[in-house]
Amino acid sequence: MYPWIWRHLPGPTAARVVVALALVALVVAALFLWVFPWVEPFLPFTDVTVDESATGVSLTGS
Amino acid sequence: MTVDDLEKVSEPGPPRRSDPVRLVARTLGELLITAGILVLLFVVYQLVWTNVQADREAAHETAVLQQQWVEQPTPKEFARPLRQGKAFALMYIPRLGKKYEVPVVQGVALDDLSKGVGHYPSSALPGRVGNFAVAGHRATNGEPFAYLDQLQAGDAVVVETSTTWYTYVVDAGYIVAPTQVEVVAPVPNDPQAVPTERLITLTTCNPRWDSYERLIFNGALVAQQPKSEGRPAALGG
Repeated sequence: MYPWIWRHLPGPTAARVVVALALVALVVAALFLWVFPWVEPFLPFTDVTVDESATGVSLTGS
Repeated sequence: MTVDDLEKVSEPGPPRRSDPVRLVARTLGELLITAGILVLLFVVYQLVWTNVQADREAAHETAVLQQQWVEQPTPKEFARPLRQGKAFALMYIPRLGKKYEVPVVQGVALDDLSKGVGHYPSSALPGRVGNFAVAGHRATNGEPFAYLDQLQAGDAVVVETSTTWYTYVVDAGYIVAPTQVEVVAPVPNDPQAVPTERLITLTTCNPRWDSYERLIFNGALVAQQPKSEGRPAALGG
């Protein structure tokens, strides 16, 4: 997977390194901005209220 | 040395031919390492990033509220309607630190709780007859109630509104099931009763890094004073 991506990056090695780092930064940003906030309510750390529907795995996080 | 170079070393001779077993094993290894990195990144997100973001939002809410109090003073305490996700009071808990100050935001949804502590919308306002109930994160997202378990019977919880300081004193904390909504009833643990006292309730998750229980503190108003009289005694006023 990674060698395949590397082979398909354009330009000399230096350019590939720059593009590869940019890709990594893009993926990390997408994770922090969208993916992790979406996953977070499925974990128990955010359940702090009493709530008639509350369980240890409340999806609303309420 | 690049990946290409590595492959040249490991695969000398005739043109490279893909060995399916190698390809599968290598791809599987890459996926597993990627999964490990993802989990580590998520830990960084939870333990560091959510707190950075929440601290920034709480500071913003506090600043906006204090500016509003100074620039648009209202003789009436809650002249403006409370808006979901907006701070309307500040809370101080001396036991948790001399500088402990957290905005009280309307609402207990996740978005509200990442800006401070959240006011259960159906509960009383600070200083009013009934139960002023708030929830706060104990882990991640600013974790204003991270060390709430250190609160002891007799400790003060001070609430500042646009016009007034309210000093509550809490009883010993106790642990309940997440479904025990009666702890935030107008008279805590007596949902049918008609309130006559001015009470406060703090709720957070228990144990800290899980949520199968809730840690609860109930308290009662012991003093109040207009802000023109300065800070209350509980804050060293």
